[in-house]
Amino acid sequence: MDFQTILSLSLQSALGPTAVIYALAAIGLNVHFGYTGLLNFGQAGFMMVAGYALVSFPIVLGLSLWLGALAGLLLTVVLALLLGVPTLRLRADYLAIVTIAAAEIIRQSIGAATLSDTFGGQDGLTGFIEPFRALNPYTGSIGIPGLVTWSAFDFWVMTVGWVLVAISCVVIWLLMRSPWGRVLKSIREDEDAVRSLGKNVYSYKMQALMLGGLFGALAGFITALRSASIGPSFFATDVTFFAYTVLLIGGAARVLGPVAGSIIFWFLISGLGIFFAQATGGADPLIPASIMTSTQASLMRFIFLGLGLMLLMIFRPQGIFGDRRELAIDAR
Amino acid sequence: MHVGLTRIAALFAAFFVAVVVLSGSAQAAVPSVSAGGSAECALPEATDDDSISILVRICDRRDEPQTPVEGVTTIVEDSSGQVVGEGTTGADGTAIVDLPGTAIDNLGQSFTVRIDEQSLPEDTQPEVLERTVAINLDSDQSVTFPIGAAEGAGSGIGVQAAQLFVGGIVFSVLLAMAALGLSMIFGTTGLTNFSHGELVTFGALAAFAVDQLPGAIRVGGINITVAVAVVAAFVLSGVFGWVNDAGLWRPLRRRGTGVIAMMIVSIGLSIFLRNVYQYLAGAQSRNYSQFSATQPWEIGPILLTPKELIVALVGMAMLVAVTSLLQFTRLGKATRSVADNPALSSATGINVERVINLVWIGGAALAGLAGALLGLTQGFDYQIGFKLLLLIFAATVLGGLGTIWGAIVGAFIIGLLTELSTLLVPAEFKFVSALLVLIIVLLIRPQGLLGRAQRVG
Amino acid sequence: MPAEQTTAAAGDTPGNGSRADSTAAREALNQVDHRPGSAKPDPIVVADNVTRQFGGLTAVDVEHVEIQRGVITALIGPNGAGKTTFFNVLTGFDKPQSGTWSFNGRPLSGVPAYQVARMGMVRTFQLTKVLAKLHVVENMRLGATGQSGERFLSALLQRWGGQERQITDKADKLLERFLLDKKRNDFAGSLSGGQRKLLEMARALMADPELVMLDEPMAGVNPALKQSLLGHVKSLRDEGRTVLFVEHDMDMVRDISDWVIVMAQGTIVAEGPPDSVMANKSVIDAYLGSHHDQDLSEDVEEEIIAAAEAEIAGTTKTEERK
Ligand SMILES: Nc1ncnc2c1ncn2[C@@H]1O[C@H](COP(=O)(O)OP(=O)(O)OP(=O)(O)O)[C@@H](O)[C@H]1O
Ligand SMILES: [Mg+2]
Repeated sequence: MDFQTILSLSLQSALGPTAVIYALAAIGLNVHFGYTGLLNFGQAGFMMVAGYALVSFPIVLGLSLWLGALAGLLLTVVLALLLGVPTLRLRADYLAIVTIAAAEIIRQSIGAATLSDTFGGQDGLTGFIEPFRALNPYTGSIGIPGLVTWSAFDFWVMTVGWVLVAISCVVIWLLMRSPWGRVLKSIREDEDAVRSLGKNVYSYKMQALMLGGLFGALAGFITALRSASIGPSFFATDVTFFAYTVLLIGGAARVLGPVAGSIIFWFLISGLGIFFAQATGGADPLIPASIMTSTQASLMRFIFLGLGLMLLMIFRPQGIFGDRRELAIDAR
Repeated sequence: MHVGLTRIAALFAAFFVAVVVLSGSAQAAVPSVSAGGSAECALPEATDDDSISILVRICDRRDEPQTPVEGVTTIVEDSSGQVVGEGTTGADGTAIVDLPGTAIDNLGQSFTVRIDEQSLPEDTQPEVLERTVAINLDSDQSVTFPIGAAEGAGSGIGVQAAQLFVGGIVFSVLLAMAALGLSMIFGTTGLTNFSHGELVTFGALAAFAVDQLPGAIRVGGINITVAVAVVAAFVLSGVFGWVNDAGLWRPLRRRGTGVIAMMIVSIGLSIFLRNVYQYLAGAQSRNYSQFSATQPWEIGPILLTPKELIVALVGMAMLVAVTSLLQFTRLGKATRSVADNPALSSATGINVERVINLVWIGGAALAGLAGALLGLTQGFDYQIGFKLLLLIFAATVLGGLGTIWGAIVGAFIIGLLTELSTLLVPAEFKFVSALLVLIIVLLIRPQGLLGRAQRVG
Repeated sequence: MPAEQTTAAAGDTPGNGSRADSTAAREALNQVDHRPGSAKPDPIVVADNVTRQFGGLTAVDVEHVEIQRGVITALIGPNGAGKTTFFNVLTGFDKPQSGTWSFNGRPLSGVPAYQVARMGMVRTFQLTKVLAKLHVVENMRLGATGQSGERFLSALLQRWGGQERQITDKADKLLERFLLDKKRNDFAGSLSGGQRKLLEMARALMADPELVMLDEPMAGVNPALKQSLLGHVKSLRDEGRTVLFVEHDMDMVRDISDWVIVMAQGTIVAEGPPDSVMANKSVIDAYLGSHHDQDLSEDVEEEIIAAAEAEIAGTTKTEERK
């Protein structure tokens, strides 16, 4: 067992591009669920639309990648509108099911073989990264030698990503201390009360859906950029579930909750992954293959993840840093 | 609860209207410029020259995978009706028609591609005779014409529909069993159970485990191992439901955990169980020992395998049994009353916890049976339930979460829709069309078809 | 009785002008007929042919009703009479099958609830709806209307500090008046049932409503506090607001209301000043019970219980019909 490697690789992923993606996605969910109480289970759909818009501009339309980013943001707003109209009047549980269905509709449609001419079917699209790579100021590998390092490209993605996360957090902080944020939180508590005080609940929910979707869009961009490719499998339902786990670890309705949550989540997930990989790998594995093969070992982190999500929700629904009295969810 | 027959009939009528409307729009929505993945009826290679070509592909969709159709004449006309090119499909089912002029000339124009009906093989009929292609890109455009069997020639669209309808019924029955369990659990506990799919998978896995035990069970020379396995799966799933409730949900209810928190717990449970299943059973798709494809019966033009018939009958019997149980027995009445108002039921002397526990046992047993039977008809893997979950949700929400008849009606609508939609849209869109219908219905009736609106104030 | 009321409310009344108005409005009621659906000299709310059915049950079937401006009107009636449902319809929280109704002459059918509230018709709920995870003072601030900081851009650009201070001042004054100032920085979820009622009423007043609609404001409020609440409600009228409230507490109804409307099984069965309505035979039969003035002695109690049981049996039948 090589704990040095485990620590190093865990840190690498806890601060790396993947953590950025989930932090951004969870910031969006925090607006939806943490502050407004909207159970959006379709965040992967927002990410996907934005990511594909970004990529399609250069690949399909032959236009600039940066225009694609703009289009991605616009399209997420449109998607929020389209999704919001039928769903925002629904009960919380209906909303959850419909948004999950909508995300799946988007995923299966974009990934369909019928449209593979345009979107590349299950294989997705590649070959758009050059304009982004060209701006990379770093070379070699960067980090703290001996503890944790990243490739220059990863570090470039991280730089952009964490800057976006920081800006997002400031925006959230400004908004949620304002009367606008107060209306959102009140809607989470009891929307009829808010309505009876003359606030257009529907419009606020729509604004929240759009805003949270925009953070999802940023997550979608980073998803495409960090792997220099995009495909439907990047946006499975589990992505949304993981983002919820991230949000709940850090604490819903806290500005920095999603950021802390994402770092902790990916530290633990990669740590567990590497631990079990090491424990089952090599000539004389720690855990004999009759109990656990290395394929089975790769499942262990998800087994722990599921278990962790349950225990977290049951015993610490306010998250690691949350205050139980301010709990956004009725968990008691 | 007292849903008149007329109301159900009206719902079905509405459903058929919905199918027609949806199919019309779905067809319009399928882009005429399309390309497919199957190697058998392959996408033609783009021509490597300056001009734009239209690549026509003709596929016979009676076969699965689709096969190319040779010797069909295709004609390309410009927007004024002038013929600009012609071609005949080769052995790969494709024809390449070069458009006159350079790419720039044709950009922004649209062309109509027609196929000559006379040149089609005898017993076939095209589903579309012409498609319009807009040239927006400086690259070749491909157009696909699916060809079906000629009507009256044995399996026209009507027969196809009938065949799909039969398949849809079998699927709907299984979906209804799963949906009924979900809806009953929701009705009595308020839990939107995201791990319900894992109850379905559990049934499939349990049946498989029993099936794989060494030796075969025979009665009078007939091997009934699979039948025993399915029954065992039903029973084991009930036990699993009890374990779920007693081990997790009842303690959570005692703590007064909110419904949204419970929903998130169920997501955790779903991820946990799914990976445990994969840990135990692996990722590959599996079949039961007696899965072997039996010779189908021909009932008129429709094919039905004995296996499908048995599955449908068992499922139907189960649905009838459960609904009559709920409708007529004391326990059933208690269940419905708990679903209506737990506090009041408890005040009137109903043991609410006992009822909920029984609902969990029954709901899980139903879901597990659905899983085992589904595994019997089409094989299974560790995700079978998870993949089904969205359709189960769609069915229950469509009918109105928590209502028993709603779950069944919803399941039949969704089940038939997924199958029948393949008449009009590629099979890969069948889930999409079902989910779209869900969203459209909720747009009109936010509480679901048979659900009741909530009280304010 | 009117004279008494003015003095009781004198503690925190605004200018004399509005007080004169409210007295005039009350005096105008003297001319009004004591029959269901009678026309008022200066109605703020007028409803016609409003019906609301739930399945086979007709919860509201109001032919015509007018609410006089500037006075306190009580809406009473047995459980399930349709009072809350009628409130819901008037305030846009529920849609009736038919009917028209207007506020200040502006028709309200199809107007969403939040716009009704913005027009100056603010209601509270029978089952309180406080925002549990927000502080009491935040609950109050939410009630204020026309906040620029509730618009996205102003919120992002932080252009709301000044207005927020004004709103907070106003909130603090109201909290003091409703004896909630000590709870100012507690979570609203920690309040007791009665305190929630108070908070909800105070919050509704943050919106400066023209018409305040209170659904059972006194339910669960202790007697001492009830007294001071009565004073508050009267002072609302003396500020020139109109009050419409639902209440089962007959002492309160008798004490503060200028006009009483009685509903039973969805329809309006009687109207008039409190004394005349409470003497009305059909009201006593349908609602008050013949012993409503007496203390319960044992035999009377039995009688009432028997009557109540018969009643319950009746309602279960209607329930089942659904
Ligand atoms: N959403 C609903 N669905 C079905 N029935 C309803 C609904 N809301 C109200 N009802 C029925 O309408 C009738 C009137 O109810 P409502 O709440 O208006 O009575 P109420 O006069 O306010 O009674 P209380 O004095 O007990 O508050 C009752 O019989 C009730 O059961
Ligand atoms: Mg009421």
